[in-house]
Amino acid sequence: MKNLKLASASVLCMAAASAGSATAEDLTLCWAAWDPANALVELSKEFEAQSGHTMSFEFIPWPNFADRMLNELNSGGKLCDLLIGDSQWIGGGAENGHYVKLNDFFDAEGISMGDFADATVYAYSTWPKGSENYYALPAMGDANGWFYRKDWFAREDIRTAFQEATGRELAEPKTQKEMLEIAQFFQGREIDGQTVYGAAIFTERGSEGITMGVTSALYPWGFKYENTPGSYDMEGAVNSPEAVEALEFYKEFYETATPPGYTNSYMGESLDAFKSGQVAMAMNWFAFFPGLYADPDTGGDKIDFFVNPPQNQEGSTLGGQGISVVAYSDKQDAALEYIKWFADPEVQQKWWDLGGYSAHKAVLESPTFKDSAPFAGDFLDAMGAVQDFWQEPVYAELLLAMQKRMHDYVVADQGTAKEALDKLIEDWTEVFEDEGKL
Amino acid sequence: MSDTPLTKAAEATPPTVARKIRGLSDRAIAWIFVGPTIFLLLAINIFPLIWTINLSFTNYRANRTNRAVEYIGTRNYERILNDSDIWLSMQATAHFLIWTIIFQVLIGFTLAWLINRKFKGNDLWTTIIVLPMMLSPAVVGNFWTFLYQPQIGLFNYVIAFFTGADPSSFQMLGSVDLAPWSIVIVDTWMWTPFVMLICLAGLRSIPDYIYEAAEVDRASKLRQFFTITIPMVLPFLMLAVLFRGIENFKMFDLVVQLTGGGPGSTTEVASINLKREAFEKWRTGYASAFAIILFVTVFGLASIYVKALNKVKER
Repeated sequence: MKNLKLASASVLCMAAASAGSATAEDLTLCWAAWDPANALVELSKEFEAQSGHTMSFEFIPWPNFADRMLNELNSGGKLCDLLIGDSQWIGGGAENGHYVKLNDFFDAEGISMGDFADATVYAYSTWPKGSENYYALPAMGDANGWFYRKDWFAREDIRTAFQEATGRELAEPKTQKEMLEIAQFFQGREIDGQTVYGAAIFTERGSEGITMGVTSALYPWGFKYENTPGSYDMEGAVNSPEAVEALEFYKEFYETATPPGYTNSYMGESLDAFKSGQVAMAMNWFAFFPGLYADPDTGGDKIDFFVNPPQNQEGSTLGGQGISVVAYSDKQDAALEYIKWFADPEVQQKWWDLGGYSAHKAVLESPTFKDSAPFAGDFLDAMGAVQDFWQEPVYAELLLAMQKRMHDYVVADQGTAKEALDKLIEDWTEVFEDEGKL
Repeated sequence: MSDTPLTKAAEATPPTVARKIRGLSDRAIAWIFVGPTIFLLLAINIFPLIWTINLSFTNYRANRTNRAVEYIGTRNYERILNDSDIWLSMQATAHFLIWTIIFQVLIGFTLAWLINRKFKGNDLWTTIIVLPMMLSPAVVGNFWTFLYQPQIGLFNYVIAFFTGADPSSFQMLGSVDLAPWSIVIVDTWMWTPFVMLICLAGLRSIPDYIYEAAEVDRASKLRQFFTITIPMVLPFLMLAVLFRGIENFKMFDLVVQLTGGGPGSTTEVASINLKREAFEKWRTGYASAFAIILFVTVFGLASIYVKALNKVKER
């Protein structure tokens, strides 16, 4: 009898052990290769310890991120169990069946989208827009912002020269036009024996760079994609007088206040230009700001940050991503466990502390948040007025058309701003007609 | 029986295999040998070509597999042929193709002619000259972007040294006027050695006695050059042009690395346009039609050219 009990206990132990090993998965999370990704690796160690699952990461450099990941999804690849995909992919992810719909899971686990910043839920999680169909959990809030050489702005000789040149104090710009004026003031100026330039802006042609840069001017001027949301009625909205003025403004910025040869520049080039002391100001995503602040040469006391300045209204270009479970994954249960863990407010606080941009209200609305980093307040301001590009399943076509038209006008100096926007409407109309939406 | 490798191989063949082979006809054995090649050819070349032709008549999108595929006749072809952007990319391709070939033939032949003259350090110079073509196009593109950089790039400083212009006053990659030439310069730098090597092979294939006979006939050096050297090197030169023409018609990596097709769409050659249509916009049917048009163009031009080449060789 004793032997029988021992044998039974052994069998139970073996069964329990085998059950445990069957549920321990090796999850692969795919994202872009940038600073926040390193923070996520660090953060995920806690998930590994808690869950018994192991985490692998596939980080793709930004210029190839969309190509690589969309190819993976379109081919039904099983490389990624979890994907932190760009906000514009949500339409395609949902309609093409690449992402798992998370509503039932959220309901079952008590995860409320009301706990996350409204703008991020709208942009990163829902499809169709405005619906309550969730295909991602907001993972990384982000927007296009600005940073500048605080030490240069504080120098008496420079302040005096600026006062003489413009009749006003040198300070963080309050409008887009003030920003251009400051950039033009610094353009070609000698500082400490080195020629410096106004600002680094986005002009990249290949992926999304110039669109993200131009929209940072378009949105503050009041740019709209459609006259009525959901109508695809673009005439008069996309090429409105305000949009034309904003586009002309961006071209003037490019021509008069950027370093020579700055014709195909995006995130990396902006960071390089600033860190090498070449420019007084630069635009880039908030995601890079913790790293910039920590830079030993141009960070700390030498840097400060500001939100994309308004013109006719406030407006910032939305970045950031939601985290989704890939529909082709064989490890969806474990991937959902990760989502559940990641949604926890304590984990979200750690995420912010490590350098990730949490979108959880418990973090953002904490009384200490604004003072937790020199850019935290600006981040909140930016997220309050963000606008995103089209999130349609055909967003890639829409984006490529805009890349072409904007680069043709701003960098290649072909045609007028009005013509560029008119052609953009033609391109977009053709795309929507092909899609049967017009 | 002699102890040759053939008899050794026959002896080493297992009797069962030997019996089977013995029963096969020559035609069957021939099929056994060419069969795998034909199968691979069909699988890798012919089937994809037929499939691409089929897709070119549809609205298929590789990223929308859950959408019904419709046959739309020749609409893709009509749209391509009426698309001004496509014609601009064909113009960019033609500019790149024509000028690279002109420069590479002129410089390549000149270098070959110089190298063919015996002088001290001949081999060393040959090695140095052929180095660029041994590099990866991605590497070449990357370091030329640095060379072209208006603020720190060596290229601008060299031009400034000779012209007195401010080095940062012009942008090779950022200017609409200069960007097409910047890619021509890099491709010429990289691939002229290839043309040179082919020309050198041609020059070295000319027997000395022909020149000796010309000397006896008191033909001048110029006359010898135009009546002996050029005609005898011409088939080699034409072959080099064919290789470079086909290669540059589908040029992609170098241009992507240097300009990405910009500024604007100034250097967006056909292959970049095709890649964007196929793998960024995912208009697979449309891209297939464009690919077929490009294929027919290259195939047609190459066929005409090869006929001309054969005529030259027959002379």
